[in-house]
Amino acid sequence: MDKPVLIGDAMTGGYGGADILHDCTIAVDKGQIAVIVGPNGAGKSTAMKAVFGMLKLRKGAVRLNGEDITTLTPQARVAKGMGFVPQTSNIFPSMSVEENLEMGAFIRRDDFQETIEQVYDLFPILRDKRRQAAGELSGGQRQQVAVGRALMTKPSVLMLDEPTAGVSPIVMDELFDRIIEIARSGISILMVEQNARQALEIADKGYVLVQGANRYTDTGRALLADPDVRKSFLGG
Amino acid sequence: MNLTARDLGLFALMGAVLAMVGMFQSWQLAITILNMSLISAIMALGVNMQWGYAGLFNVGVMGFTAVGGLAVVLVAQPPVPEAWAAGGLGILLGLMLGVATILAAIAVYKHLSPGKLRGAAIFGVLAVGYLLTSYVFGPAKSAVQAVNPASEGYLGGLNMPVILAWPVGAVFAAGVAWLVGKVSLGLRSDYLAIATLGISEIVIAVMKHERWLARGVNNVTGIDRPVPRPVDLQPQPWVQSLAETLGWNVSQTASVLSGLGYAGLFVIVLALLIWLAERALNSPWGRMMRAIRDNEVSARAMGKNVTKRHLNIFVLGSAVCGLAGAMMVSMDGQLTPGSYEPLRFTFLIWVMVIVGGSGNNWGAVLGAFVIWFLWVQVEPAGRWFMEVVTSGMADGSELKQHLLGSAAYMRLLTMGVALLLMLRFAPRGLIPER
Amino acid sequence: MEPLNALVSVTNFMLIPALAYGSQLALGALGITLIYSILRFAHFAHGDTMALGTAAVIGGTFFLQARGISISPLPTAVLAIPFGMVVLIGYLLIADRLVYRYYRKVKAKPMIFVMASLGVMFVTNGITRLFMGVGETRFEDGERFIFSVRDFRDFTGLAEGMALRNAQALTIVTALIGMVVLFWFLNRTRAGKSMRAYSDNEDLALLSGINPERVVIITWVITGMLLVTAGTLYGLDKGFRPFNYFQLLLPMFAAAILGGLGSPVGAIVGAYIVAFAEMGITYAWRRVFSYLMPEGLEPTSMMQLLPVDYKFAVTFAILVIVLLFRPTGIFKGKVL
Repeated sequence: MDKPVLIGDAMTGGYGGADILHDCTIAVDKGQIAVIVGPNGAGKSTAMKAVFGMLKLRKGAVRLNGEDITTLTPQARVAKGMGFVPQTSNIFPSMSVEENLEMGAFIRRDDFQETIEQVYDLFPILRDKRRQAAGELSGGQRQQVAVGRALMTKPSVLMLDEPTAGVSPIVMDELFDRIIEIARSGISILMVEQNARQALEIADKGYVLVQGANRYTDTGRALLADPDVRKSFLGG
Repeated sequence: MNLTARDLGLFALMGAVLAMVGMFQSWQLAITILNMSLISAIMALGVNMQWGYAGLFNVGVMGFTAVGGLAVVLVAQPPVPEAWAAGGLGILLGLMLGVATILAAIAVYKHLSPGKLRGAAIFGVLAVGYLLTSYVFGPAKSAVQAVNPASEGYLGGLNMPVILAWPVGAVFAAGVAWLVGKVSLGLRSDYLAIATLGISEIVIAVMKHERWLARGVNNVTGIDRPVPRPVDLQPQPWVQSLAETLGWNVSQTASVLSGLGYAGLFVIVLALLIWLAERALNSPWGRMMRAIRDNEVSARAMGKNVTKRHLNIFVLGSAVCGLAGAMMVSMDGQLTPGSYEPLRFTFLIWVMVIVGGSGNNWGAVLGAFVIWFLWVQVEPAGRWFMEVVTSGMADGSELKQHLLGSAAYMRLLTMGVALLLMLRFAPRGLIPER
Repeated sequence: MEPLNALVSVTNFMLIPALAYGSQLALGALGITLIYSILRFAHFAHGDTMALGTAAVIGGTFFLQARGISISPLPTAVLAIPFGMVVLIGYLLIADRLVYRYYRKVKAKPMIFVMASLGVMFVTNGITRLFMGVGETRFEDGERFIFSVRDFRDFTGLAEGMALRNAQALTIVTALIGMVVLFWFLNRTRAGKSMRAYSDNEDLALLSGINPERVVIITWVITGMLLVTAGTLYGLDKGFRPFNYFQLLLPMFAAAILGGLGSPVGAIVGAYIVAFAEMGITYAWRRVFSYLMPEGLEPTSMMQLLPVDYKFAVTFAILVIVLLFRPTGIFKGKVL
């Protein structure tokens, strides 16, 4: 296998106080889906934030397409081709769906109409609701807006922080389908998930974190089959 | 109540500066500055309770001090029997009708279920109440105001000792504060600021225009004073001999003595308030208040009724402002509603608190002294500055006249700059909270 | 019964002045709401910066008048507005750079911002008075009336007259244009949309590559333009006195809160409600009713609900009602 598109290599750090991450490594290959799972407080979201530069690393490095981006701000990382969907408040509620997408493309100076069409093709419901304020949409539709907004910069990696938090199981399946579709188009996906079992099913690679360190790393299928993982983290 | 050597040094320095004013300018001026500083210190203490202890932003200090001043007239002035005969009862009845209307509207609001009927009922109550009130109140008011309008034209007061007006002023201000606090506390913090800004404008409007109450813009003058007036002191033999010993003239001695009398009273009040405030601050209650200020969310989570505590402290602080307002009027011996300006009576007090050190009572006191001193002295300094600037210009040139004339506004600028510099570079003030 | 005369009377003495006053308030309240949504604090220096901007316009007007330049029938001040805008925008940006930016950097609490705006208020106040003093300055020139009471009477033959002052018409038209341009800017341009995005969700705006400092600068620029326009129109209509501008703070805040802080549409609606309530409640309706009531039943009293001196009480009452029953305002603004 060649070099991963994105790697957070041996990351150690925290929010100023004690370290939360300990020598933690997260990587994702081109067009693949990597999922971070683990118990509450394992540092899943922290690991994702570290990769995105929202937290200062004491040791370790983050590389995107081989380039060291450890010292870049999150905004600069977006410009380099990373898309990020935060877990909460990930849309502009009073703006219309289309304006949300336009804001996603704020750093682009070229014509992004085509990308908007691609997002509408991916999430057809958004095309119907393009003039509606995003805050008035249902939870699942809002998540679609959020993902669509992050796709507007045509990122090489899309990072999702618990995209299915608070949505119904049907909507969750639908959302996972879309995520697979995005990955097939060549965009690498890195996501943190609470619904570990379903997420691992679609994962090319799974990371089980415990107390800010890698515990198990394997393909999603292998992790699901691993009796230890099942017993400790997937509830049997 | 612990002051460090540095704090004491600052106070000593301030005292020395005042003494220099006495020696190089005049002792009358020094005493005037001292007395107004003491009153300002009490106002600052009130604001500091609200801001320093609880983080409440009161932009209506002017209103609370003015209400306190009104109390002096209502307590100390002799009643005007003709006016009472002409329309006293009508005014009282009218006021009661007005209050009853509002209470009735509230009762309707509480007892009927929401809907068009309730809206109509409230409107009806208000309309009938308004008509009744103005039917009773209007003629009575005109009748009162027509009684000897050149010197009276109002109901007068209760002819009680003027000192009594001080606590009454505090109670008046507390009442107004309770109403405002009830409405605007518990909402976003800047709502209180805007609500207090509004109420203070209204208080002043009422005092200016309700002539039956305290003669409005016609002012009430010659109010009884708690200490002898200079004119009364002058003929006293001991005053005359004191003047001889000091080598001053008699009128100067008398006015300094009279001023010192006030200063003595004010110091007693200030000391009492600081003692109470410091005890309160270091009591469990004070610790709770500061805990609420520093983390409202967790205090709420611990089951503290934050809104209610805020209302307590807001009322208390405003009462202190009202007390200071009453003291000021009884020092001046007159109530002049037209002289209440928000910059002077609200925002200047804020500068005092911020410069002195919010959260620290001694800081508020020191801030009051420093800022009031600057407020008084910057004007002559500004004039001097402008004279230097314009010295090269031809006499009588329009620009020169204009610049000299506008020297007075230099002090607004100075105060603003002082506030901004303190906020930026020493946000904890001259005597920080500890 | 002469309903037509009643209508003319109410239009002349109440509707037109209220519409003009409401338009002036609306422009001011828009500034308050914009600053609130972007910089997230209650801008207490609003009234005094408005006075400063107007002072600059007046200076420009006098300069032009001295050179005999005029655009009659329009007041010369209109020509000086761009100059006033440049001065005030410059002033606001300097104030932002010297004062507010630091507090943004250290993420100070909103109350500290308010405090800082008090400091700016003092300084601005001092500067304005240095130039203008405290007295009233009138700077209206050009035609005074579009049509006067006499014109109207001659034209219609009604007993009651009506006049439309130039300043009033100018106010209403200019404010309308100003609002349309502002909404076009906010809804149609990239910069405007970035402002709305920043107001909606600051973190996500940052993530999307929106530069907050740029948004802040745009906000001050727009605020400066609104303030100078509002202040000049108010001054043309009622004369310039610095203290009156300070006192506009309360109705402007009341309008913004009534409409819902952070909602531009709300600010406009709120401003007109405040203006009409102030005028309607302090207006003496006697004349109107004397036309409406049958012969012999004409009212004897002034039919005035409150004396004009209490127009602030009306504003305050509106504020209290909003705070009690709907703190988020008519158009739900930012909730607590």
